[in-house]
Amino acid sequence: MSQSYRYMLGSQTYQFRDLADLMAKATPQRSGDRLAGVIAQSAKERAVAQMRLADVPLKTFLNDALIPYETDEVTRLILDEHDTNAFAYISHLTVGDFRNWLLSDYVTPQVLATVKMGITPEMAAAVSKIMRNQDLILVAKKCHVTSAFRNTIGLPGHLSTRLQPNHPTDDVNGIAASMLDGLLYGNGDAVIGINPATDNVAQAIKLMKLMDDVIQKYDIPTQSCVLTHVTNTIECIEAGAPVDLVFQSIGGTEATNSSFGFNLQTLTEAQDAALSLKRGTVGNNVMYFETGQGSSLSANAHHGLDQQTCEARAYAVARKFNPLLVNTVVGFIGPEYLFDGKEITRAGLEDHFCAKLLGVPMGCDVCYTNHAEADQNDMDNLLTLLGVAGCSFVMGIPGSDDIMLNYQTTSFHDALYVRRVLGSRPAPEFEHWLTQMNIMKNTSDFVLSNTLPKEFAKPLYALQGER
Amino acid sequence: MSSPCVNKTHYPVDSLKSHKHNGNVVTNPWSDLRRFTDARIGLGRAGISLPTSELLAFQLSHAQARDAVSFPLDIDSLADQLSNIPLLNNVTSPIKVNSQANDRISYLQRPDLGRKLAESGRKILLNYMDNQGKATDSQYDLAIVVVDGLSSLAVQNNAQPFINELLSQLNKQHSAWHIAPITIVEQGRVAIGDDIGQLLNAQLVMVLIGERPGLSSPDSLGLYLTWAPKTGLNDACRNCISNIRPAGLPYAEAAKRAIYLLTEAKNLKLTGVNLKDRTQDDVIEHQQQTQNFLIAE
Repeated sequence: MSQSYRYMLGSQTYQFRDLADLMAKATPQRSGDRLAGVIAQSAKERAVAQMRLADVPLKTFLNDALIPYETDEVTRLILDEHDTNAFAYISHLTVGDFRNWLLSDYVTPQVLATVKMGITPEMAAAVSKIMRNQDLILVAKKCHVTSAFRNTIGLPGHLSTRLQPNHPTDDVNGIAASMLDGLLYGNGDAVIGINPATDNVAQAIKLMKLMDDVIQKYDIPTQSCVLTHVTNTIECIEAGAPVDLVFQSIGGTEATNSSFGFNLQTLTEAQDAALSLKRGTVGNNVMYFETGQGSSLSANAHHGLDQQTCEARAYAVARKFNPLLVNTVVGFIGPEYLFDGKEITRAGLEDHFCAKLLGVPMGCDVCYTNHAEADQNDMDNLLTLLGVAGCSFVMGIPGSDDIMLNYQTTSFHDALYVRRVLGSRPAPEFEHWLTQMNIMKNTSDFVLSNTLPKEFAKPLYALQGER
Repeated sequence: MSSPCVNKTHYPVDSLKSHKHNGNVVTNPWSDLRRFTDARIGLGRAGISLPTSELLAFQLSHAQARDAVSFPLDIDSLADQLSNIPLLNNVTSPIKVNSQANDRISYLQRPDLGRKLAESGRKILLNYMDNQGKATDSQYDLAIVVVDGLSSLAVQNNAQPFINELLSQLNKQHSAWHIAPITIVEQGRVAIGDDIGQLLNAQLVMVLIGERPGLSSPDSLGLYLTWAPKTGLNDACRNCISNIRPAGLPYAEAAKRAIYLLTEAKNLKLTGVNLKDRTQDDVIEHQQQTQNFLIAE
């Protein structure tokens, strides 16, 4: 099925082996593609690949599967779920025309919502490769994707945060202390989500109860999640644990997902189990997925594709299960995949754009490790850009420093910064709670109260009395 | 509002405290909850932003972690330290080798090169074995490989005291362990231990490597144990003990767990996913409390 792609520049002919090769070589430079040996050999070859890719008709992506239909269930999902009627609006376009179409004044949020099931991840990845950062921001901002459980995430003009109260030994008071800190800084509307230090069913249930107790006692319109393996969460549900959201890390190829220990059938079972609990109050989106460029290469499951194309394919997996939240953990995987602040920034914008275009409620863990060439200034930049692009949610963690996972992400303070400079509000139900509790004095200017809410003062004073 | 009472902190707030009392910083009355966690809670705020003292304290922690990544291993001083371990019965000093990653940049971008032994190192190990001249099927029970990894500081601070503790505990066992000379590797990743263990003809290889540094842990030492090391094994074949350092998992406790794994590996003739560390089961059982101060009656 696959054909070869040539491009003439002056007297020189550039030859690309197949569509996968062309896609990889058209990708802006990043270390993971170099590691995989699929990167363009020169800046000129990259520019030429982008020009050739711009000429590829969108229809080609339906006929020339990058990973064969027979051998990969993610490819089958993508092609089987493709909506021909929705595709009719764009079926005459090339990748280059598609960029113009997306940027045109004609294409409104309503048009994008109508067309989204006609767009495949490969089409989204291809067009992102020939877009500038501002294009990725401009179009993503037009994609409105909302989801709901106990509050509503992703409304235009809103930015939510995942309160991430991790602790290296899962100490319940250590976790509660970080939760309180986050809530009092107006964070935690996307989810209160813990990465457990000890990952087993018993521990997950203990942490689920901890968060559920706090959410119920203070009547917080938010949801909780323990980020453990999907099969563990299914066991937790069977054991009667208070599960709001089912978590799983997902990738864009069947082999990546097998290396994570699940397949699409597992996710279906988990979603059915979580839905049966009927714990949502304003919506039924019960899944939480994390993604990130480089996971397929890391699992040796990338089939020769570039890491951004693999990543976009993961969003087809996500949208099948109507998630409440999806986020790319963009800088977590390390400099062998995204080397520095520049590569992390570009990847974060690409991931957010591709996901939103496909209709996924996308957030971002704006983050870096200490062996990457990045610092807080790079995070400030990406956070601001994603805020402008209409990102659904970011992480909120005490002082940016995750003491369990040993990396830096966005802090409670950072979330308030971006809300104030851009006027982005928390989820409406949560904002109402913040006002009611007198945590925020003034929600339109994001001014925090100087006094402790009486509901939280009580346990604190009780604690101080004990000492 | 009272000024925060910071009982537990891992960065020098004291020297920077003067910025806190000029009236523009709102302190958090819950900051004494820091006794429950090393997380940066109760930092206070200037408007909605970090107070100057906390901003600068973070920068210092980040600088320490960054330095830990780029700080080169002082291989000669490490070799001296390791030569002076009294319980190491062989007279050979540590063997020094390199991975195929020539510098830090290529090390960070090309993990594949960090996993492979440079040709020069291969020759050194082959020569050593030739000089031994009596390689049998299992000449050594254990090869210890010390690798700089992402934090040379971790190795420089913790390798010698940990090995010392390990050997003194191991010496109390009934069966004597025949241990290969220690190998020190620059610009290495975990899997380079497979090459080395194979060349030294060791039954087990123990890799001690500098872990990626966090802001509160710039010198965390990781331990990876592999049965029947040979080139090309994957991580599912290994067992890991993480965060070995005085402020993390103390040497004595880490050595106890390592010996459990070493003994079990020898009995079962395997390491990896089928060898479970059971030494912590009793600890987890005692941690099932879910009641926290926010919901206490």
